[in-house]
Amino acid sequence: MATNTDKNLYTVLFATGMVIIVGALLAFLASSLKEKIAENKRIEKQQNILYAMGINENDESSVEFVSKDIVGPEFKKYITKQLVITGTDAVEDNNAYLIDLKKEEAASKAEKRPRKLPLFIGNKDNTEFYIIPVLGKGLWDAIWGYVALDSDLVVQGVYFDHKGETPGLGSNIKERFFMDDFKGEHIIDGDSFKGITAAKGNADPKNMDKEDFEVDAIAGATITGDGLSAMLKKDLKMYMPYLKTLKQ
Amino acid sequence: MGLLSKKDAKLITDPLADNNPITIQVLGICSALAITAELKASIVMSIAVLFVLGVGNVVISLMRNIIPSKIRIIVQLIVVATLVIIVDLILKAFAYELSKTLSVFVGLIITNCIIMGRFEAFALANGPWRSFLDGIGNSLGYAVILIIVGFFRELLGSGSLLGIKVLGDPIEKTGVYAFGYENNGFMLLAPMALITVGIIIWVQRSRNEALIEDN
Repeated sequence: MATNTDKNLYTVLFATGMVIIVGALLAFLASSLKEKIAENKRIEKQQNILYAMGINENDESSVEFVSKDIVGPEFKKYITKQLVITGTDAVEDNNAYLIDLKKEEAASKAEKRPRKLPLFIGNKDNTEFYIIPVLGKGLWDAIWGYVALDSDLVVQGVYFDHKGETPGLGSNIKERFFMDDFKGEHIIDGDSFKGITAAKGNADPKNMDKEDFEVDAIAGATITGDGLSAMLKKDLKMYMPYLKTLKQ
Repeated sequence: MGLLSKKDAKLITDPLADNNPITIQVLGICSALAITAELKASIVMSIAVLFVLGVGNVVISLMRNIIPSKIRIIVQLIVVATLVIIVDLILKAFAYELSKTLSVFVGLIITNCIIMGRFEAFALANGPWRSFLDGIGNSLGYAVILIIVGFFRELLGSGSLLGIKVLGDPIEKTGVYAFGYENNGFMLLAPMALITVGIIIWVQRSRNEALIEDN
């Protein structure tokens, strides 16, 4: 046994066999679980959108979504309209939440057309929420989230998530202590768009000043924070032409 | 010992102290520095490595007589990567929330040198049962260091443990913060993890001088 494993032919055959077996196994698993995973992602998206507008099961410090069993009906109940926005035009589209931001960005660039932007309009206790999905880059990989604004364009809630930020540092963007800071922040100063910056050395750690366009950054997560600020600036700005029409 | 012979038991106990993978073999340092800013992340990573190293060692050990030696490193990598991806896919389908917590660790596990190191140094030359014990022992040894480092970094860096503020609230100035204590933000950065690991190595070697290499 021991000698023939050194032959070149054996090595090549072994490598080929291993690739075929492993490839087949992974392909089989991935395709048989594909639907289940897609369903989980769809549920998660609905939970995230509802979370941003304040519909969640949070207790004092944890992040708890509405349960998966009721998220479908809850989503229908609270999200009254889903719009697809191009420039200042808005078209109602009940599948707007299925738009893949990354693919849409690439497609609109390739076809040289304005981007189709999904916007969710929620209604809770007779208050309207405008929920905007955002997508950007952290330190290692993608970060994304949902920002809920009221009709004065003041932030009412956010949800952030990430694919692979450093555990304990950048990954803290999805923790309550960070996300809760955004509540009440303004994104425009009079007529000019400012966005929100995760700022270091900000003299306002309790975040009392809601009109400084800043929240306190996370120590040890500078690049993630910068990516998050850039994401908010870039993506919220695209909606401004439409959102300004609402204010008048 | 009953269940384990003396020789087998040593496979578990040695890596916990005198043959610790991090402080003596100097394997798995990268992840020990990267993810120990919080105790919780240290614990999750330890459990993930325990699983992958335990199962991976057995798989490699079973294949040890048929792996061509010229491509053995590639074969080891494929085994680790496949195992991790299978677990990741299954979790995504059936325990989505858990998979969200673990997904950031996937890349760190595949590239963790402790896993390749034990495959190469032990599983390729030993039977499956002993390889399994070696995998468990080494991941426990890894876990001990990760948890010690995570404990001190989170306590001194953020003033909390497992997310619970044990030292009071730094913003409201309660608990020890009322006396002027401040969190040391430097503890959250990777250099302090290296220094913490260095201190553990120092303490360990000064207690057991047999561990000091002669130059």
